[in-house]
Amino acid sequence: MNPEVLLRDPTAETAPTQRARLQPPASLAGVTVALLDIGKARGDEYVDKLQELLTARGVSWRRYRKPTNTRTAPLELLQQIARECQAAIIALSD
Amino acid sequence: MNDLRFALFVQHECHTCVELIPVFKRLRERLPDLKVYVQDNPACFASVRPLHDETLEVSFRHNIETTPTLIRWAGGKETGRTAGWVRQEWQSLTGIADLGCNLPAFLPGCGSKTRYPGAWERLVATFGEPGLKSRQVQLDPWDDPMEACFERGWSDGLPVVPPTDERILRMLSGADRKPDEIVGLVPPNLSECSVEKVAINAVLAGCKPEYMPVVLAALEAALDPVFTMHGLLCTTYFSGPVIIVNGPIARAIGMNWGINALGQGNRANATIGRALQLIIRNVGGGRPGEMDRATLGGPGKYTFCFAEDETDPTWEPLSVSRGVAPGRSAVTLFQGDGIQGVVDQKSRTPEELAKSLALALTAANHPKLAQAADAILILSPEHYRIFRDAGWDRRRITQELHAALVRPGRDLIAGAHGIGEGISPKRAGELVPKFWEDGLLIVRAGGDAGLFSAICAGWTAGRVRGQTKPVTKEIKEIRP
Repeated sequence: MNPEVLLRDPTAETAPTQRARLQPPASLAGVTVALLDIGKARGDEYVDKLQELLTARGVSWRRYRKPTNTRTAPLELLQQIARECQAAIIALSD
Repeated sequence: MNDLRFALFVQHECHTCVELIPVFKRLRERLPDLKVYVQDNPACFASVRPLHDETLEVSFRHNIETTPTLIRWAGGKETGRTAGWVRQEWQSLTGIADLGCNLPAFLPGCGSKTRYPGAWERLVATFGEPGLKSRQVQLDPWDDPMEACFERGWSDGLPVVPPTDERILRMLSGADRKPDEIVGLVPPNLSECSVEKVAINAVLAGCKPEYMPVVLAALEAALDPVFTMHGLLCTTYFSGPVIIVNGPIARAIGMNWGINALGQGNRANATIGRALQLIIRNVGGGRPGEMDRATLGGPGKYTFCFAEDETDPTWEPLSVSRGVAPGRSAVTLFQGDGIQGVVDQKSRTPEELAKSLALALTAANHPKLAQAADAILILSPEHYRIFRDAGWDRRRITQELHAALVRPGRDLIAGAHGIGEGISPKRAGELVPKFWEDGLLIVRAGGDAGLFSAICAGWTAGRVRGQTKPVTKEIKEIRP
């Protein structure tokens, strides 16, 4: 672990230092949504429900699952989602 | 003596400190309030019950330059200090008349660890007041600082050096200017750019502090209205700022004007050009795909900076030809594209070579365009030798090239030779020069072997005369 690292902003400081989140899509028309089960107990039940809701709205989806909730998603999985989908819901069952 | 306090700063690596251990023992016996701070190995001074100044905070706070240093306070105020061993001073400071009588009257001290290369700025950043105004960005303890810089959009795509306070302070030491001084308004957002912001971006780019005067001069040149940096950034064309450095500073900071002068491998060449681009990106907000609308761009937009070879006294440096006094350092900024190589291994007379280079120069931007942009001809030593041996200097070469670059308008007009591109049909009857008379810059650079020169074509905004021009600025060097 690094000790506390402080950097100085090289910009004109017109934007917050926190990284901006990507804007969600304005519409789900024509969008395939990735449903990512993070691998925690009963996460699949939650994703099942989301799948039902998307299906009811006519939104196409694809299911994915992380091998374990204790680690970040494998690169191959992230790249697969990026290839196949335009939005993602990462579901947490807690 | 009751309100007197003493502090002694020593290090094991200092021979004088080690030789003075018997003196220190004597002080320990006679001065009950003495504190002994050891900067490196306290075990060596165990007999005087030292404190280990491992972080150097105490030494830093007492501004120790030399070991040993003995400081005396009376009534809470410093009333004396001596560095190294000057027997008389130590006796006077301590009031011990026979202190160190068996030692020489003088022994030189050693540099304090607080003054080791790189130490001071780190100590200021850690224990002092850096005096920087840019806002701080705190990283997560697990973040990789280099990745964090990428994620925040501070990079041109290559790794950057994380701008920590100690690095920024070190960078600022290379500029004889106040950190809060405003250099100018950086396009496209016209954001104020302080010397501190320049230093931060120079850190990101990988500059050494001694490059700062060149980076600052390059930025000043880029912000000169006639350089039209805003337009150069926004253009769909290939161009970006090309920096040519002249004068003694090029040698002083180790720039390359020889073998591979336009290529990779030299830190000053690589990072000075990059620093300017990062300032435009980070301070000005000029990012590709946003305000930077280049159709293709070019590798020179990462960095394009080199020095002119001034080792041949027969050659007038570019800066001198543009009004800077000989012997002074300067930058010239040009709105340029990539490199078009010119091969001529067979011309042996200056007349042949001038015609040959001129023919190659007609291809700048497009063979059928004229007075559309400026250009730089980067003349290699072997090509220059052919001119020099015939007594041709910069002025003569420029004049002959211009003469060889005049072409009949009928060959250049739009539609001529079945090619839509071209100049106005109204000029069919004219003899048309390729460049404006001040539009061809010649720079001498390159390795000794190779009958090759290079053309760097300019930005097509030059088609309206005087709208945009190269800019030369003298570099304000730090003088001792």
